[in-house]
Amino acid sequence: MKRLFLDFSLLVALLASCAPVDLNAAIPTFETGVDSNAWAQIPAGEFYFGQHEDIETTEAYEIMITDVTAAQYADFLNAALADNYVKTDGGQIVGFYPGDKFHAVKHEEEIKAGDWIYIPLNDSSQKIKFDGTTFTVQKGFKNHPMTMVSWFGAQGYCEYFNSRLPTEMEWEKAGRGTDERPFPWGAEIMRENANFYSSRDPFEDMSTFGSRTSPVGFYNGQKYGDFQTEDSASPYGLYDMAGNVWQWTGDVYEGMHYRFMRGGSKDTYDMDLRLWVRNNATPTYFSPGVGFRCVRDK
Amino acid sequence: MQLVKDRFNYLFGSTKGLILVAIAMIGIVTAVWGMLSGPMAEMGVREVVIKLLGMKIVQAEREGRIVILYHSIAMAIIAIETYMITSLLKMKPFFKIAINAIITVGYILTMIFGMGFAYFGHNWAFHGIYIFGLSLIFFAGVLLIIALWPWNPEYYVTDKEYAHTNKGADLERVAFFATAVTTVISALFGAVPGSYFGNGFETFLAENIIRLPEKTTMEYSIIGHLHIMLALICVMITLIIGRWLNFKGILHKVAMPLMILGTIVLNLGVWGVVTPLEPVAHMVIYVGATPSMFAALLLLIWSWSKLIREGTAHIQKPSFGQKIGALLRDPLKFGPTWQMLFMNFTTSGIGIFMAIKLDEVFRVWPAREERIELTGHWHVLSAIVATIILLYFGDMNGFRGKLRQWYGWSIIILSDIAFGAVTVFEMKRLFVPEAEQQPLVNGLMYAIDFGLGMLMVILAALLVYRLIDLFKNKGRWIEELDHELAREVDK
Repeated sequence: MKRLFLDFSLLVALLASCAPVDLNAAIPTFETGVDSNAWAQIPAGEFYFGQHEDIETTEAYEIMITDVTAAQYADFLNAALADNYVKTDGGQIVGFYPGDKFHAVKHEEEIKAGDWIYIPLNDSSQKIKFDGTTFTVQKGFKNHPMTMVSWFGAQGYCEYFNSRLPTEMEWEKAGRGTDERPFPWGAEIMRENANFYSSRDPFEDMSTFGSRTSPVGFYNGQKYGDFQTEDSASPYGLYDMAGNVWQWTGDVYEGMHYRFMRGGSKDTYDMDLRLWVRNNATPTYFSPGVGFRCVRDK
Repeated sequence: MQLVKDRFNYLFGSTKGLILVAIAMIGIVTAVWGMLSGPMAEMGVREVVIKLLGMKIVQAEREGRIVILYHSIAMAIIAIETYMITSLLKMKPFFKIAINAIITVGYILTMIFGMGFAYFGHNWAFHGIYIFGLSLIFFAGVLLIIALWPWNPEYYVTDKEYAHTNKGADLERVAFFATAVTTVISALFGAVPGSYFGNGFETFLAENIIRLPEKTTMEYSIIGHLHIMLALICVMITLIIGRWLNFKGILHKVAMPLMILGTIVLNLGVWGVVTPLEPVAHMVIYVGATPSMFAALLLLIWSWSKLIREGTAHIQKPSFGQKIGALLRDPLKFGPTWQMLFMNFTTSGIGIFMAIKLDEVFRVWPAREERIELTGHWHVLSAIVATIILLYFGDMNGFRGKLRQWYGWSIIILSDIAFGAVTVFEMKRLFVPEAEQQPLVNGLMYAIDFGLGMLMVILAALLVYRLIDLFKNKGRWIEELDHELAREVDK
């Protein structure tokens, strides 16, 4: 009897592992009150960079307070399609990229000039919908960060609006300020600070679909239903610089095609939310856990 | 007082006592520190443990903490392997006592003061003692090399069934010697950059810099060090298991030269990583790994044949089923080589698969996914070595009958469930899209937690049994006082 019970339990666990995931499960909607069109001013000067706190310097620049939202990206695609800045190519949106200098280093792949993927259209995780003429956003995700966007798609968005992706240094300075903190809000991390793996936010259900993105600026000290957040802005007032989605940065390094991401995401443990932690992927990579924000020179 | 003295003499003066202490130390560290990450962290257990034990966890120091944690556990494993070697192989009594004493003090200092420094505030005296402990282990390694010197006629083989040179030098002993020498040299590849980086507090984990196209010599040295040390621990445990099972005959004569060649070439390749020969070093590593792994395969073939032969000796024409039954009748003898075979599905096979699919996998997956695969496969490899030690330790405990069956099969099945699940977890991106992986992750986590959790329960039961035994006046510990593993080698 005991053995039968054990076998049955294992079978149930196995079958549960194969259960389909409802990617369109209802998502709670909250207004955070944080303006996704706002930019923060970052002054020129020194700051602590990296885990080992090297002292580096940047010029002054402006950076978006939040990640680019799905609604902002849909608006961009509508405008860019009309301007022939992007085009459809099969099941994806593509745009031109002038290519990178190729150094033929081991494992390096050549990024040639040409049309490269911005976003996939037919992927079930894509929150941007296209009816052949207009791009819209799936209900409930308008104020969520734009995800399922490649590095080219992120870079193309920023360039279209006369801005660019932040360098890794700019990104880290904007998140860290001028002290040695590991997280944008300070020294320690709690579940009320950020959206990370199994952080028990209102958007996740670890028994079914797992983690999902939260609206930009969600962790601003407000209470949403029963969920009380901590105000987790960076010293310069940026939100979501730790968790929610990884953010593409703009550096193109000699000898490698990989592009770097910062900030950790809804899918990573808290250790990856430390401000100096780096991730990288091929620039055509897109994911439900990767987004971006832009900077512009002053 | 005599009571305490007797127990102390057993725990720190006998081979089995020393192994028991080291296993207990590893068990405690694994149980406590295992609660600081993964599902335990998700459930909030991590915070409770930190508060309860008064740990001082600083976010910026995670990498340094982990480096010390890995070393603490690894040094105890190296100590266990050393105890086995000094008890299995002939050597002068002075060397045996000196090596065991020095390495015991070394790994205990390393573990207690290293973990004390890493997790309980930064007392720099602790760090100094931690380094001193590591240095003692290094010195014990040097002594072991001297003790193992294989060209002393005293140690020449008398039974021609064992691999030997024309003059009679024992090639198995040469293999032990080569592994010990290369281990001591390879330790330097960690010690030198360790001092360099430690001096500036710039610790890093190798898996976090793996994709950078340009690495410094010191970074290459660290990457080479961690790979080769684990590989050498594996080579050494293979040799130990071979000795315990009394590996001999024609396959032994083929395997031992291969093991010597493989170990030396493998090390040359890894050392070459920090030289201008780096571009070809990987090819040398592959060339070295192949004969070593083939030698392990020969041990497997020989031991399985022996188990089948002995288990069917009473049957004139054994059927296939009877042969399988004979193979599986003793999990403690079958288990170690089975785990070596299983390792190919969870470690080396994965590495080869990933290398073949490089364009579809690592060049596409984000670095954090590659990190999961990298850390996953060497955790599994380390844990496989641990299960092999536990299987051998079960035999040392004299388990018989149903206890032997339950103990042995539980370790094999539970660990393989966990390791298999870890392997699928590493590769999950190949089977399911990222957005749809949570149910699979949940199922795999259940399997991993169940397998590893139950393994820890078995280990805890074993340790409690041995603790209770220590309170008995005529417990098993009395019998084990003068047990030497050489006398328990298979006939």
